[in-house]
Amino acid sequence: MEMTKGLLSILLTMILTQNFVLARFLGICPFLGVSKKLNTAVGMSLAVIFVMALATAVTYPINKYLLVANNLEYLQTIVFILVIAALVQMVEIVLKKYIPSLYNALGIYLPLITTNCAVLGVVTLNVDNGYNFLQSLVCAIGGGVGFLIAMVMFAGVRSRLESCDIPKFLKGLPITLVAASLVSLSFLGFAGVVEKIFA
Amino acid sequence: MAEKKSLGKELTKGFIIENPVLRLVLGTCPTLATTTSVSSAIGMGVSASIVLICSNIVISALRKVIPQKVRIPAYIVIIASFVTMVQMLVKAFVPVLNDQLGVYLPLIVVNCIILGRAEAFASKNGVLASAVDGLGMGIGFTGALFVMGAIREILGAGTFLNGISDLIGGSFNGFSIPFLNENPMLIFILAPGGFFVFGMVMALANKIAESKGKPKAVLHGCENCPMAKHCSIRDTHEGCEKKEAEA
Repeated sequence: MEMTKGLLSILLTMILTQNFVLARFLGICPFLGVSKKLNTAVGMSLAVIFVMALATAVTYPINKYLLVANNLEYLQTIVFILVIAALVQMVEIVLKKYIPSLYNALGIYLPLITTNCAVLGVVTLNVDNGYNFLQSLVCAIGGGVGFLIAMVMFAGVRSRLESCDIPKFLKGLPITLVAASLVSLSFLGFAGVVEKIFA
Repeated sequence: MAEKKSLGKELTKGFIIENPVLRLVLGTCPTLATTTSVSSAIGMGVSASIVLICSNIVISALRKVIPQKVRIPAYIVIIASFVTMVQMLVKAFVPVLNDQLGVYLPLIVVNCIILGRAEAFASKNGVLASAVDGLGMGIGFTGALFVMGAIREILGAGTFLNGISDLIGGSFNGFSIPFLNENPMLIFILAPGGFFVFGMVMALANKIAESKGKPKAVLHGCENCPMAKHCSIRDTHEGCEKKEAEA
């Protein structure tokens, strides 16, 4: 019971109060770049959830049994980024060969994810927070779901922006950032909610 | 003489015309995350610049040795090594900065400015030019962070350069802005303020650039993205759309 409560708390914190995009500023490039249409926003987010969970599942044992066991923690950054890059490549190959339908849905987003700071970010955060395997996995999935929610909401906001009369110099990216600021403001409303629920 | 002139150009292009943050729209994550105060913005800017200059030099020196097909993994290893070095140095000498930057310090590895410059410049140019390019881009990045950090700290906390003595030593520890100090607009150092200030600074940069006859900033994520060639997502990316149209 206590454990489920802890996991649920991590999940909700990652989705609402510590949202990866809107509160932690991780993965801003895809957030600004791929959020123009709803279907690409969803596809990208699903790929991010998938890769984040997988990267966490793979890097956790590597960190614990290879790096920490041998006092090689200082190699974490190098090892993690290489593992993630190799992992994304492999996932792409395996999906293409064995599950073409899933590849068609997510495959095109995979190359973009290698250098996405959200993936390296979640792996590093898990190590910094000292989470165990289950907690790390929940944290990764929560972060990914938070990313999905932010992307979907923002795609909706952006589609409204297209029909607006925007001042000349705010057109394009500046007004997109101001819109992101308002979406982020709405998420500030969740501050304290999770702590209250689990207090 | 001609050599000198072009080197000067490589250096200054990163300041405004090709400012990595405001004009090329690269490295947005650290820009938003670490500009809650001027001192952490400077810390981030300087750390990233050191990595950028060193990796540019090494990648440029090795550009004829690294095989074309495995260049991206090779670049990532070089960059990650320098990031690890900077991380260790910061932990040892400026522990306060390490706490301030937290997870964003190791995330310099995936800062698109560094990989972008490696791919777009260092892999094609000589060592000296690459070093100068790295220095210019680093100054441009630090400058943009400084401006954003200054706006956010002054409005959001009512101070300027607060905590700088932890960074560079000495007794000077910033100013306190009279009125704003008692009535800080906290929203500016929270997440929404980051997006808002970034949007406004970028709009200003667009205005300045237009008065000089330069085009507006668009998301250049793809043009400088090392993955551009393998990427089939082009139609959804603004920068790529433009690139496709030009091609």
